[in-house]
Amino acid sequence: MNNLIRLTEHGPELVSADPWTLVLTEQAPADGPRILSLTAWLQSQPEAVLNGLEVSADAVCLQPDDEAEQLQPYLAVLPLIAVLFPSFRDGRGYSQAYLLRTRIGWTGELRAVGDVLRDQLSHMRQCGFDAFAVREDKSAEGALKGLNGMSVLYGRSAIEPRPLFRRRTRAC
Amino acid sequence: MYHYDDYDRALVAERVAQFRDQISRRLSGELSEEEFLPLRLQNGLYLQRHAYMLRVAIPYGTLSADQLRALASVARDFDRGYGHFTTRQNIQFNWIELEQVGDILARLAAVDMHAIQTSGNCVRNISTDAFAGVAADEVLDPRPLAEILRQWSTVNPEFLYLPRKFKIALCSASEDRAAVMMHDIGLYLYRDAAGEMLFDVMVGGGLGRTPILSQPIRRALPWQHLLSYVEAVLRVYNRYGRRDNKYKARIKILVKALGIEAFAREVEDEWAHIKDGPAELTLDEYLRVAASFQPPGYPPQPAVDLAFGSALARDAQFARWVQRNTHAHKQPGYVSVTLSTKPGADMPPGDATAEQMEQVALMAERFGFGEIRVAHEQNLVLPDVAKADLYALWQQACEFGLATPNIGLLTDVIACPGGDYCSLANAKSIPVAQAIQQRFADPELLQDLGEISLNISGCMNACGHHHIGNIGILGVDKNGSEWYQLTIGGAQGKQSALGKVIGPAFSAEDVPEVIAQLAEVYREQRLGAERFVDTVERIGLAPFKARVYPAQEARA
Repeated sequence: MNNLIRLTEHGPELVSADPWTLVLTEQAPADGPRILSLTAWLQSQPEAVLNGLEVSADAVCLQPDDEAEQLQPYLAVLPLIAVLFPSFRDGRGYSQAYLLRTRIGWTGELRAVGDVLRDQLSHMRQCGFDAFAVREDKSAEGALKGLNGMSVLYGRSAIEPRPLFRRRTRAC
Repeated sequence: MYHYDDYDRALVAERVAQFRDQISRRLSGELSEEEFLPLRLQNGLYLQRHAYMLRVAIPYGTLSADQLRALASVARDFDRGYGHFTTRQNIQFNWIELEQVGDILARLAAVDMHAIQTSGNCVRNISTDAFAGVAADEVLDPRPLAEILRQWSTVNPEFLYLPRKFKIALCSASEDRAAVMMHDIGLYLYRDAAGEMLFDVMVGGGLGRTPILSQPIRRALPWQHLLSYVEAVLRVYNRYGRRDNKYKARIKILVKALGIEAFAREVEDEWAHIKDGPAELTLDEYLRVAASFQPPGYPPQPAVDLAFGSALARDAQFARWVQRNTHAHKQPGYVSVTLSTKPGADMPPGDATAEQMEQVALMAERFGFGEIRVAHEQNLVLPDVAKADLYALWQQACEFGLATPNIGLLTDVIACPGGDYCSLANAKSIPVAQAIQQRFADPELLQDLGEISLNISGCMNACGHHHIGNIGILGVDKNGSEWYQLTIGGAQGKQSALGKVIGPAFSAEDVPEVIAQLAEVYREQRLGAERFVDTVERIGLAPFKARVYPAQEARA
């Protein structure tokens, strides 16, 4: 995928040569590894992968109607999980990411794909995404400016499980 | 009221900078209108018929005198000299230029105000009783928990792109003055025998196209679980609420589709995962926030105030105003005063000029403790006034057109801005409200009719809450002309009810006379001190229909 931002221990980086291709329709050609819909992934994997004995060559993309909990049995064999935002106004992906990080236990790359735009990146980051495939007609470099968002989070999130009232210093 | 600290100020200041940047990217074309739309809505900015409208948050309807002055200055410097108080206890300005929004928000930030989440598909302003903290019938003060909910729901990253808007109200008095049952989540707060704070949680209320009153989902929820329980409801709603049709996207539709039992099971399953986690509220946090809401040091008042008593005896107009526009206070010798924004034909319901706002700020300082409330009925409230000060306050309120003695009466009309401003509206609201106010201008008649709530919405979205008005008026479009459908029997509060349609719609010219006929039927049929809504409940719609649609009845 082009136009990708990934969070690393050194901070956010623009990724120029990402090998993954999002393949949500059967016709789409792909050179290199593919990110498949959950249905296609379940149908196409060898027994060894489904039984947890072998890491899959393909990644999975959760769509808004999918239940994040369905991935629970396959965490050990998935190379990457993507979450699709068909429209940036469809907020189901935030809850899917939150559940994957805080309940289901996914620690690998969690990539936002689809209508991924600068002004939502900080919310996505807070819900646990660590990679952002910015919509292709938008500048990924510009989108970097949207990653931080605001310095104050009253509530909590996947990356900051404590609400502000448990983090507050008396000095204020 | 709540005192901002460095965190609160930082958030509001950063939000102003963020939205300024988004506006400039919209103006440069970098952001399309489609991309900008949810961003501006979450900053309170609508595009209306003539201009942008900015809706500023007034958390649970509480304002300081300085904040009200800042609103007056926005009205004067950036609008046409007035603002409109809304049924969500907010204020909106109707003639705003996009280029000036950053400066307006910066001016508001300087007095700890913002417009965050006053629109959009997210958690909106938390609302409560306008008399919270002072009402004589209050069990405990809901404001600290309202503030805690406000903070938790502000820019909560998981819940900013919900299927639809989400409204939360709470109340803790024996009378529900916060219309709790028409909210997505409604919270009744009380104490058990041991003194513990508990909530009854209601879910799935809402007006709009499909009006539904909320249902109880959990009784006796200990206060520490407030945030985790609301989070569980929101997560279930965010995952499963409909997104294919905006008219079926509110949580009420999901609750109705699943049934309250199945919906409650989903919420309880979700809640089980998080209830004992870090979202559990701490006593420290409750006390920190509650410290902002300590009652002022009320100077003691004499048990019997002779001057007040003689003013009541001497001046019948003053006495009428005291009877209608004051509300019982916890503290002996004090009352809460409601300043009516419904003078009749002079001003649309809920509107106040910059000068009026400044005068109210002065009155709040002179006769209160510098605090003002906005009621969901769109009036302004001075929560703490000594009875000894009422006469002087009344005179000042009279001078500035804020002393109409009509609180709870037929001319205390609740109305949305309607077709004069709003691009969603099917019909105008304001001229109809004013025509009704004119028809009932006779104070004797008005007093005789007693308590009647009248609500007008210019379209199905029901911003004027017409479904829960004793008399509800809904603007409808018939082949390009404006018509008005009437309902009667609606009520808010713990006895909430949705009004029933009385029959075919009327033209704007006919509405005042039709209301007069409904009022006549009531006067003929009432028993003793029965209120309009009680009479409707007892005798049903038929006698009202027979009067209003005589020809049809004759045919039938």
